[in-house]
Amino acid sequence: MTKRLFMKGNEALAMAAIEAGCRYYFGYPITPQSDIPEYMSRELPRLGGEFVQAESEVASINMLLGASATGARAMTSSSSPGISLKQEGISYMAGAELPGVIVNICRSGPGLGGIDASQADYFQAVKGGGHGGYHIIVLAPSSVQEMYDLTMLAFDLSDQYRIPAMVFGDSVVGQMKESFVPHPRPARELPPKEWVVRGRQHGEQRVVKSLYLGDGELEAHNWKLHARYGELKEKESRWESFLVEDAELVVAAFGSAARIAKSAVMAARERGLRVGLLRPITLFPFPEQAFRAVTARCKKVLDVELNAGQMVEDVRLSVTCGTEVFFYGRPPGAGSLPTPEELLGQIEKYY
Amino acid sequence: MQQVFRKPVSLKDIQTHFCPGCHHGTFHRLVAEAMDEFGVQGRTIGVASVGCSVFLYGYFDIDVVEAPHGRAPAVATGVKRARPDSFVFTYQGDGDLAAIGTAEIIHAANRGEDITVVFVNNTTYGMTGGQMAPTTLVGQKTSTSPYGRNAGKDGSPIRMAELLAQLEGVAFSARVAVNTPRNLMDAKKQIKKAFRYQVEGKGFSFIEALSSCPTNWGMDPLAANERVGTEMCGYFPLGVFKNTAAI
Ligand SMILES: Cc1ncc(C[n+]2csc(CCOP(=O)(O)OP(=O)(O)O)c2C)c(N)n1
Repeated sequence: MTKRLFMKGNEALAMAAIEAGCRYYFGYPITPQSDIPEYMSRELPRLGGEFVQAESEVASINMLLGASATGARAMTSSSSPGISLKQEGISYMAGAELPGVIVNICRSGPGLGGIDASQADYFQAVKGGGHGGYHIIVLAPSSVQEMYDLTMLAFDLSDQYRIPAMVFGDSVVGQMKESFVPHPRPARELPPKEWVVRGRQHGEQRVVKSLYLGDGELEAHNWKLHARYGELKEKESRWESFLVEDAELVVAAFGSAARIAKSAVMAARERGLRVGLLRPITLFPFPEQAFRAVTARCKKVLDVELNAGQMVEDVRLSVTCGTEVFFYGRPPGAGSLPTPEELLGQIEKYY
Repeated sequence: MQQVFRKPVSLKDIQTHFCPGCHHGTFHRLVAEAMDEFGVQGRTIGVASVGCSVFLYGYFDIDVVEAPHGRAPAVATGVKRARPDSFVFTYQGDGDLAAIGTAEIIHAANRGEDITVVFVNNTTYGMTGGQMAPTTLVGQKTSTSPYGRNAGKDGSPIRMAELLAQLEGVAFSARVAVNTPRNLMDAKKQIKKAFRYQVEGKGFSFIEALSSCPTNWGMDPLAANERVGTEMCGYFPLGVFKNTAAI
């Protein structure tokens, strides 16, 4: 498969899920992600899979929980208000160490908000979201190619670490059409799923649960989960760095904001300003080491987001001592997407 | 010596945590007997809910997935769709199924999911200490209806077996009790019928099981048992409300 396709981000994502072996999809319509359930409803029955349009996001995350417990590759997708409804189920999946892919094509809020591109669910995605103190893997595509690549990766990382994985996009990457090159799933050795429920006849009783009432049991379980988050930080942090080697100021941005920021960085270079871009691809694990390394030399970071400032907190915690971190963001809403010129103005202001 | 009575193999040889006089244990046994009868233990995946029945996996010798409060029918949907060869049942209380989980039960039933739902109705939230449930009888005092359930303010108790029988997707719906030997024998029969529907791939089957809750009702086991036959059966009639294949 080396042919180039021209498709919407949401469709590329759905295509990648199927290529990754996802055969079960559960969801509930919400703009701007409905292309995903539409694609899955069309393709999965032909492949012997199942598409269920659930009665709610609450039901769909729990269908995902059930399918994942049997070892199947399964997915659900939604957008902000729907993701809020899924949080209880995500917490249960995190507690029960169940893999599964959850897509959030983030729209603006709070509340019903609007359907414009937004990154205002960053906290919700990376800081747990649901109750109980847990993390999930969060991947942030900034192009249609990455909608494809990172969705595929989400399934593998999720299975490998037994942690739910979220593909965190927004209306821009979900709705835009761009050319991309699909590819088969890269080989990755995954541990056998020795925990799946499959009926007692195959061996000892198996239970998928998150309830731990015995003395010390739950604490031990939590420490085990936290050790895994540490391992993820070490092994699976991903980022893109662009012109950072000689930069005086580094712009930090993720997802579609990073695309606008990249144009601004290139415009700044044309004006002779030494500016670079550091784009986290994994939002959890956050690429702390990349920020530490870059700011060992470059002492100015301008964080840009489509919200009023969320990732900037993680940036501040990751930079080396003495680094100044500035923030520029636009809380989402129609017409509030920053232009490259606007960001160039900010770069000049802090340079 | 001929053995005429034995513990079902689907049930572990373990003491339950249920209060004296509670009917949960009896329903566990009837469900296990039905599982034995159809020889499905080895391919059963049970879905445990929240409430007094959460420890399903402690008593049944089967694989189990635990669901969040009310969501067992959705979890069961995911399990059954991904593993259509397995025998899937949920076991839920009235707080679980008829309050927080009403959407999930109605829609799983309406889709005609090939699963069996065992619904244990004790007219209260047992595990959390006897609060008012959607099935609490009018006038019944609970910890959150200290003056008795008021139909005008709290609504009237929901009859789930009848309600679900209205749905096209439901193949079998019945209400049973175990307060008398006769009712118990009938309960055993109806639970087996419900199981047969799934074993034969005939669709969604539902068993509402009237249960006592002596602790939260503030009654001794005998009086609580008595109440099932008098007050509860008066409002929640026993019987079969739907039996599409006339099994
Ligand atoms: C989301 C959520 N809300 C509330 C609870 C607390 N809770 C645990 S059990 C229960 C009631 C269970 O009652 P019922 O389903 O009638 O079962 P019983 O204990 O009577 O058998 C409640 C409200 C919970 N665990 N999760």
